[in-house]
Amino acid sequence: MSFLPHTRDEEIAMLEVIGVSSPEDLFRDIPEKLRLNRALDLPAGLTEKAAWDVVESLAQKNKNRGQYLCFRGAGAYEHYQPKAVHHLLSRSEFYTAYTPYQPEVSQGTLQAIFEYQTSICELMGMDAANASHYDGATALTEAALMALDATRRKKIAVSTLVHPEYRETLQTYLLRRGIELIWLSAQDGLTSLSQLEKVLTHNEVAAVIVQSPNFFGSIENFTPFAELIHQQGGLLIAATDPLSLGVLASPGELGADIAVGEGQSLGLPLSFGGPYLGLMACKEKYVRRLPGRIVGKTVDRLGREGFVLTLQAREQHIRREKAGSNICSNQALCALAATIYLALMGPQGLAQVGQHCLEKSHYASRLLAQLPGVSFPFSAPFFQEFVVKTQEAPAAINQRLWNAGILGGLDLGQYYPELENHILLCVTEMRSQAEIEELVRVWGGA
Amino acid sequence: MNPKNLKYTKKHEWLLEKEGRGIVGITDFAQKSLGDVVFVELPEVGSKVSIGESFGVVESVKAVSDLYSPCSGIVRLVNENLYAAPELINDDPYDAGWLIEVEIEEVAQELLTAKDYKFFTLEEQEG
Repeated sequence: MSFLPHTRDEEIAMLEVIGVSSPEDLFRDIPEKLRLNRALDLPAGLTEKAAWDVVESLAQKNKNRGQYLCFRGAGAYEHYQPKAVHHLLSRSEFYTAYTPYQPEVSQGTLQAIFEYQTSICELMGMDAANASHYDGATALTEAALMALDATRRKKIAVSTLVHPEYRETLQTYLLRRGIELIWLSAQDGLTSLSQLEKVLTHNEVAAVIVQSPNFFGSIENFTPFAELIHQQGGLLIAATDPLSLGVLASPGELGADIAVGEGQSLGLPLSFGGPYLGLMACKEKYVRRLPGRIVGKTVDRLGREGFVLTLQAREQHIRREKAGSNICSNQALCALAATIYLALMGPQGLAQVGQHCLEKSHYASRLLAQLPGVSFPFSAPFFQEFVVKTQEAPAAINQRLWNAGILGGLDLGQYYPELENHILLCVTEMRSQAEIEELVRVWGGA
Repeated sequence: MNPKNLKYTKKHEWLLEKEGRGIVGITDFAQKSLGDVVFVELPEVGSKVSIGESFGVVESVKAVSDLYSPCSGIVRLVNENLYAAPELINDDPYDAGWLIEVEIEEVAQELLTAKDYKFFTLEEQEG
């Protein structure tokens, strides 16, 4: 069976219509010296079975979840994914990454997104949520654009304890727009409030961005940051792990104006880093600046309940050049997974998972503390991740763990050069007591 | 009727000057062209506005339009009634539907009188 899109006859017919004699002529605008001038060096075609074997042997080089014990987080977390999430998600009616434009044929998907938005608002303590973004980093950056647009200012203060990759995304978006990023340093594993106090002068800063739990796993208190920035007429952008909100106060309660987060922890697989889910919600005051899509509930002319895209960004359709953002895509299927996860767990279930993460990570830290050469540089409270200082090189520890089937923590030195011999360790509800004890045993070299 | 004591821009804003202060709104012609106003976004008190630059947005059922300032200066008051009742712009564009009050630093030179603005809108309608 041939998968060629057109036959030789069709090719000739098309060339005749546009008035060239051969496909090569289509490239004549490209200088001769830049052309390859030979056929591509491709291997011969394979049968379907042979191709499958090649791909499978490549895939086997990957290590998958379940083949090792994972103690690594740093932005992507192994939590339990209830089987119902996968089952409901595999209904083909939901298979679209796009937000449906036509309410007359898309009520189911629109309602699912509406329920997703409602869940996120309740979780974050916010008034309005959008239909999601690509990932936490994109959501964080879009929030920064919102704040810049709302305040018409040119500076943003960012905690250096925001995920390093989120900060990279932020820089990629903002530096060429002439936006100044002010970096807030860390003190005892938390963002320096006194430094923020010093940089906040002359009402010039559009927003301060703080993450909690931060990249070191420590729980930040958003409230004093909110108070300081609000006195200056700026916004607090709070990044959070939604899974922690069963046990931690929501960004909204703590004074955040915009809340963002990575939604992967809500029932989505690690899956080599994506597709993930960017959460974004805000206070009502900023609802018209919310980027992306928003689904609203309404009634039709007969009074029947229905769902439609709403507040639609006049920006994106009517005034593109004036818009704070032109982003349109969302992660509908991943958002649906998060919605199903939250509905299954409920507030109590989410609190239970959070409690397990808290207790198990603290159990691990207490055991590790008994090992010689292990210390804890920070005293701030943590949720499921914490930083361990070692005398032995992290690479040596991690190699020993790997040989024993354990994926160890993240060597922080690669992101924070001053933190040589510091490991960021993560213990979620997935790890059993025996597995935690196994980690500590192998770590200690026994 | 366009009040004679006001000055007008070709972008359909009006300016009422008194004792160094300037009140800014949009004209009756503008509100009629927009249709029902559903939302208005105004600058923060204390912020700066500049001649000919956008200081806010008015959104109607038909369109979204920028608001352009007829003067430069510091915003001293904004009409907060409009947040709950944007229809005041339709009902009473020259009084209860005012937008902002500015401490004037400079007024645009090319503002129109009520009569000139009337002719201008007639031409624009024929346009």
